[in-house]
Amino acid sequence: MSGRDSAEPVAELEEVSRVYHLGENVVTALDRFSFRFEQGEYWAVMGSSGSGKSTLLNILGCIDRPSSGSYRVRGEESAAMDDDALSDLRSREIGFVFQSYNLIPQLDVLENIMVPLFYQDEPPADGPLRARHLAERVGLAERLDHRPPELSGGQQQRVAIARALINDPALILADEATGNLDSATAVEILDLFDELHAEGKTILLVTHEPAVGERAESVLRLTDGHIAEVVHGREVGA
Amino acid sequence: MMRGSFMRTVRLGVRSLLLHKLRSALTTLGVLFGVSSVIAMLAIGEGASEEAQEAIRRLGSQNVILRSVKPPEDQASEQTTRVLTYGLTYEDFERVEQTFPGVERAIPMRELPDEVRFGSRSLHPRIIATVPEYQAATGRVVHEGRFLEEIDDRDVANVCVLGYEVARHLLPFQSSIGESVRIGSDYFTVVGTLLPRVRFESDRADPGEGITGEVFIPLKTGRRWFGDTILRVRSGSRDMVEVQLHEIVAEVDLTENVPFVAAACRTMLEREHTQRDYEVIVPLELLLRAQETKRIFNIVLGSIAGISLLVGGIGIMNVMLATVTERTREIGIRRALGAKRRHIVTQFLVETVVLSVGGGLLGILLGLVIPAGVERWADMRTIVTPTAPLLAFGISAGVGVVFGLYPAWRAATMDPVEALRHE
Ligand SMILES: Nc1ncnc2c1ncn2[C@@H]1O[C@H](COP(=O)(O)OP(=O)(O)OP(=O)(O)O)[C@@H](O)[C@H]1O
Ligand SMILES: [Mg+2]
Repeated sequence: MSGRDSAEPVAELEEVSRVYHLGENVVTALDRFSFRFEQGEYWAVMGSSGSGKSTLLNILGCIDRPSSGSYRVRGEESAAMDDDALSDLRSREIGFVFQSYNLIPQLDVLENIMVPLFYQDEPPADGPLRARHLAERVGLAERLDHRPPELSGGQQQRVAIARALINDPALILADEATGNLDSATAVEILDLFDELHAEGKTILLVTHEPAVGERAESVLRLTDGHIAEVVHGREVGA
Repeated sequence: MMRGSFMRTVRLGVRSLLLHKLRSALTTLGVLFGVSSVIAMLAIGEGASEEAQEAIRRLGSQNVILRSVKPPEDQASEQTTRVLTYGLTYEDFERVEQTFPGVERAIPMRELPDEVRFGSRSLHPRIIATVPEYQAATGRVVHEGRFLEEIDDRDVANVCVLGYEVARHLLPFQSSIGESVRIGSDYFTVVGTLLPRVRFESDRADPGEGITGEVFIPLKTGRRWFGDTILRVRSGSRDMVEVQLHEIVAEVDLTENVPFVAAACRTMLEREHTQRDYEVIVPLELLLRAQETKRIFNIVLGSIAGISLLVGGIGIMNVMLATVTERTREIGIRRALGAKRRHIVTQFLVETVVLSVGGGLLGILLGLVIPAGVERWADMRTIVTPTAPLLAFGISAGVGVVFGLYPAWRAATMDPVEALRHE
């Protein structure tokens, strides 16, 4: 849908390791991890606590760097990039949705949605218009000038999703995006993800809950920084 | 960064600061008081120094002034029964006028304590016996008639020129030209009156003893009628004083020569006088000293200003460090959404500069109000030079940048993952 070359993987990890040194201890959060995420896929990343899910997501989102190995976003090698280039990459290609929404409290809904555009080298001229459409899209057209503290958790998460979409990213990365929501609201959010998937967005959703994992197209299960199981191509919503 | 996005950063910065209104307001106080006290003190200092320099300049910066001084009492007490003789002499005058190179002319002056009468009105003004050049040398301006002239001295004429106040008190509602006034026991014809002099703060310090105004008579006339001996009757005791001249003003041709003439005068007087019955006043020296005093004052002021702004800056830095810690999460979010380090630096630097410049602007306002109040209520002259507020503004902006850099740098170098995890 975005007209990009779909033959190229959106994200490609090769032998990626992420090692933490804590004094004498060495914690290997990701261990020579190799994987490809293709355009339009919808993955649930699952696994026990400490299995490296968040670490994987941070590396995919370019806010963390691999200790070794290679990671490419749409063919761009991230290992070679400096901090500015990585930031630029994030502002163009990554959309984050966090467990605790992470909106900026002093900005209103519309401004929050537009934050990623502020940091692009050449912000699009139609930013406010796009933000309005996205707010409408997630059902918040009436709340554009509200501040985050005035919104419910579900509404805040909708704003966060709109924000993740504003730069038309290659990858939408959601870490426990429904973790703080009641089940009814969680379902609404998951419906939204389904819609995005249907539109051809590439989505990675980290979750603990099997019910949530089942909503995704495919499941990637981690143990100790390794891939434990890959379940491909389930029916959406099955 | 583009202008539009910079203005947006400023707007957002202001908004972030307004989230904590009281804290932001208190933070600006340091810079506010620093800046306002600097401007106010500069204005007061400038005013005082200008006044002093003006008073000195009025003495004439190219003049060297010799004055008779009554020698200390213990020396005088040996001569209780005799006439007390001291001070500058006509010989001194001639030496200064004729033998000192660089002296364009010298103006002798005597002061006679006596009464001036017209009809039933009387006054005790300063009666100054002098030469025509006195007018030019002291900048007196003629109101009616003329000042003393060469011919008056030659003829030893009984003429006088009245100062403005004397004319007004003695002969109100009429022109005094041609009238005869009595000075002591003789009658003098009024040939001119003067305009009032601009009054300066320092005039109040003049030993006036309540005397209002001045009357000028020719030097020779004064000597003829009053002699060199002046009889003072003071609360019962008689006091005979012999003073030939009270003051000699030596006008020097070039400013560069003033120190040489001053030195020559001092040497000559030391040689010719057996006692310290004179003083040498060099307005140029006083001026230089006043300027030096002002320079020291400015250095002291500068240090105080520096310290107060340093304290203000540290206060701002402290608050900004707390703000950065408090907003670690926000920094993490912004970084995850694509903010570069310089975006974060700019954001926090702008907030700091908004604080310090806000404080600076309020400080300038207060700094302009204080001198106005001092001028009004304390009756002191103050001068706010246009550079002072500009300087204060620049410095407060500078304080913001200098003390904002470290907190901003701290914010920008945070690890995004760590920052996002921060509660
Ligand atoms: N900053 C860090 N310093 C040291 N070790 C870390 C750090 N971050 C993560 N780890 C370790 O890396 C491993 C993987 O952590 P990660 O956060 O990716 O787990 P997770 O799968 O997201 O767990 P959870 O489901 O609890 O969120 C864990 O063993 C964790 O202790
Ligand atoms: Mg996690």
